[in-house]
Amino acid sequence: MRAMEAGFADPVSDAQAAFRAVLDAMARPGRLAHFAAPAEVPPGLGRAAAALALTLVDMDTAVWLGPACAPAADWLRFHCSARLAASPAAARFAFATAGECPPLAQFDLGTNEYPDQSTTLVLEVPGLARGGALTLRGPGIETVEHVGIAGLPSGFWGQRDMLHELFPRGLDIVFVAGNTALALPRTTRVEG
Amino acid sequence: MTVSVPDPATAGDPATAARQRWMRVLAKAMPGELAAACAALGQMPRAAFVRPPETGLALLRGRIGGRGAPFNFGEATVTRCVVRLEGDAAGPMGFGYVMGRDKNRAEQAAMLDALLQRGNEGAARQIDKLEAAQAARIAAQAARAATSKVDFFTLVRE
Repeated sequence: MRAMEAGFADPVSDAQAAFRAVLDAMARPGRLAHFAAPAEVPPGLGRAAAALALTLVDMDTAVWLGPACAPAADWLRFHCSARLAASPAAARFAFATAGECPPLAQFDLGTNEYPDQSTTLVLEVPGLARGGALTLRGPGIETVEHVGIAGLPSGFWGQRDMLHELFPRGLDIVFVAGNTALALPRTTRVEG
Repeated sequence: MTVSVPDPATAGDPATAARQRWMRVLAKAMPGELAAACAALGQMPRAAFVRPPETGLALLRGRIGGRGAPFNFGEATVTRCVVRLEGDAAGPMGFGYVMGRDKNRAEQAAMLDALLQRGNEGAARQIDKLEAAQAARIAAQAARAATSKVDFFTLVRE
């Protein structure tokens, strides 16, 4: 077995801190969350993505990995006891990079009875910034927030807009870039 | 009482069998024995935790009924730890699993496993010593039990 990168140095405190960070990011779309742990990151995942995996993934949540994230499969099995899903539609969590993200409708969008069972997509992008070209509106945002998300394929926002009419079904997305994360729950409207 | 499920991919492989032997010896060593074995090896190489020592419950299964069906008969406190030897990037990972909640013991078992995977001869000698001590303990207990053995050969039915 290949020598593995370590997980959280202090599993309880580090996972609680990361959970709080992603919870705040989901509750306040447009604000950036920062992750300092884990100290070592596996191949295929950035630090924020690795922290989300260690915090949210366990043996009950099937994970789908995009091709660029696939080298992290052993690490996910070791630290999270995670099952790998064969297709995006069977995954509770999906990790992918922006360039190779499958069409958003291919993920599990939940059911009208259980919309919470949809896939949460963790999408690695080249850069995240506050005050960019995108305007966010919706729950958790007092007026508007402006963010910049780099490297998304053309047509991405069109695909996401198509999901709005399915509400309460939908897709929650966490964009990650290195140590930072920006959450975009299904309720947030994006313009620009 | 152990229920072991052989992995068809590695069953019968001599390297796997050797590792299974020392993992069994390390898991069954008495608390002081692992510390003594590590002390006997002198300076330990630098290592990083891949999984810091953590304590949890392991489900115990056994064939304890008369019919021989597997039965979940309880849980045991187990402490486990995984270390990675530093120095070479592809350094082996050592796994330690011990009963109880002694984190030092789990770390010592993991360090010894990593050293043994590297072919450390001093560690291999310590395993031989631990195995002999365990065999002696079992033999002593068997001898003590044998003194209370009752022979029923006179109770042959007519």
